[in-house]
Amino acid sequence: MSIGSVSLDHVGRPDRALNADKLSADARREARGLFALLSPGLLLVFAVIIVPIGWLFWLSLFDESDQLSAANYARFFEQASYIKTFVTTFKVAFAVTGACVLFGYPLAYMLSQLPRRAAGVCLIFVILPFWTSVLVRTYAWLVILQRKGLVNTWLMDIGVIGQPLPLANNFAGVVIGMTHIMLPFLVLPLYASMKTIDVDCLRAGMNLGASPAATFRQIFFPLSLPGLASGVVIVFVLCLGFFVTPALMGGGKVIMWAMRMEQTTSLYSNWGAGAALGVVLLAVTLALLGLFRWLLGARATGVWSQR
Amino acid sequence: MSMENALPISHRQRLWLYALGGLVMLFLIAPSVIIVIMSFSDSSLLEFPPQEWSLRWYESYFGSVEWRDATVVSVKVAVMTAVVATLLGTAAAYAINARTLRLTGAINALLTASLIIPVILIGIGTFFLYARIGLNNTLTGLVIAHTVQALPLVVLTVLSGLRSYDMNQEMVARSLGAGRFSAFFQVTMPQIRFSIVSGALFAFITSFDEVVVSLFISGGETTTLTRRMFNALRDQIDPTIAAISTCLIVLSIVLLSAAQLFGRGR
Repeated sequence: MSIGSVSLDHVGRPDRALNADKLSADARREARGLFALLSPGLLLVFAVIIVPIGWLFWLSLFDESDQLSAANYARFFEQASYIKTFVTTFKVAFAVTGACVLFGYPLAYMLSQLPRRAAGVCLIFVILPFWTSVLVRTYAWLVILQRKGLVNTWLMDIGVIGQPLPLANNFAGVVIGMTHIMLPFLVLPLYASMKTIDVDCLRAGMNLGASPAATFRQIFFPLSLPGLASGVVIVFVLCLGFFVTPALMGGGKVIMWAMRMEQTTSLYSNWGAGAALGVVLLAVTLALLGLFRWLLGARATGVWSQR
Repeated sequence: MSMENALPISHRQRLWLYALGGLVMLFLIAPSVIIVIMSFSDSSLLEFPPQEWSLRWYESYFGSVEWRDATVVSVKVAVMTAVVATLLGTAAAYAINARTLRLTGAINALLTASLIIPVILIGIGTFFLYARIGLNNTLTGLVIAHTVQALPLVVLTVLSGLRSYDMNQEMVARSLGAGRFSAFFQVTMPQIRFSIVSGALFAFITSFDEVVVSLFISGGETTTLTRRMFNALRDQIDPTIAAISTCLIVLSIVLLSAAQLFGRGR
């Protein structure tokens, strides 16, 4: 009999079957136990997130006279106010994402080049705002940017401007406030990915005669792109559904997607229309994240696990 | 094996980078610093730096029944959320880490869903659900909603602790006759307790700072601090909020430092 074939025991069953039943019973018990540990959390998420969203989706398929219709969705293409909301939302999202890349890339690059201890100290400047209430930070920007706020007072005191600049309660205010809130979401994943770039690659480039600028442009920058992409995607997606800052700093003029949802449901109690807005927002969010994952094979949620 | 300063580029050549990075860091930290300083101003006008100093905005915060009640609600909810989310999150992280279950991908996606799904949708959905089962304006409702928001953070934090822990130790304990639970509590937990505590702190602060869902599902006697702040900010800019904000900033610093300390203790 060759090695590897199964020998038979005295009752004619393969001898690995002697304890196979017990083993598989054990494995099943183990799996049941582990699943029991998971189930309370899963149940809660299912009940509070999946069920209501499914329910809202169902509601969005009916018009005001409870007839099955696409009226709630058709509205988005027909009513100018909805189209304006979408345009505003994407404008804000692009502006904020752009500003985050502009400010966040140099900061992440600097952090990645600093010695470990110095980088640790500088990281506090990113992590502390990350964990400070969005409300507190929005309030701070209101104080700084409003008509009689710090910036305007200072600029008028030193005579740069005669009239206060309109910085709060408009598009600019929303973009500034949101950039402050989103910046850590870009810097943290970008910094983490920059830290994994092998210094030897850069050193080799310089050894071969590349200038620091060329080394950066041809080696470092391309290697940092996946990290940048994950930061960009997460910031853009968070911007699309963002509520607090535009609601407080938009002065009622900058109506973004999430504010529209709040108004439709709370003010007008139009659940179907509000739900449809939510369904489309979720679909766009998931599509962007899915596209990102398909292109880069990475999850954009990593930002929360690196602090 | 330090790679530090490995490139032949001097700090001097990088001054522009440090200047730029410094400016962005200033942009990130300045708002908090300004609010903290202004909270000690004597003036109800927003002037910076303040001409006269006083604690009147703190007196107005601690002296107001409404603000105090809202703070108590928020603390209660955050403590309960931290307890529940830590229990459920640690259990879930343990099960995920075992990797014997099928559908781990789907389980992960479900547990971290609240990080991805727009909060406004969760807020409206929760309000809609709670309206049917009578959980709006209740502490229980708030704790459940906040637990769902905090759960992913606990799972991710504990999971990262478990990843750097050798599960074979627990297997050894069990093969030596320890039961599943005593093996976990006597062998595994002491070694990942810092991650668990960090997770609990993150859960606390997530709940305490949560705005959007609370706007929908809290009210009346269960109005949270953030909901009251949001409504106050919609009306006018009351410097009392600067005092409250300072307290929140200090709370963030304390909890983050604690989490860092625990993280290092590993």
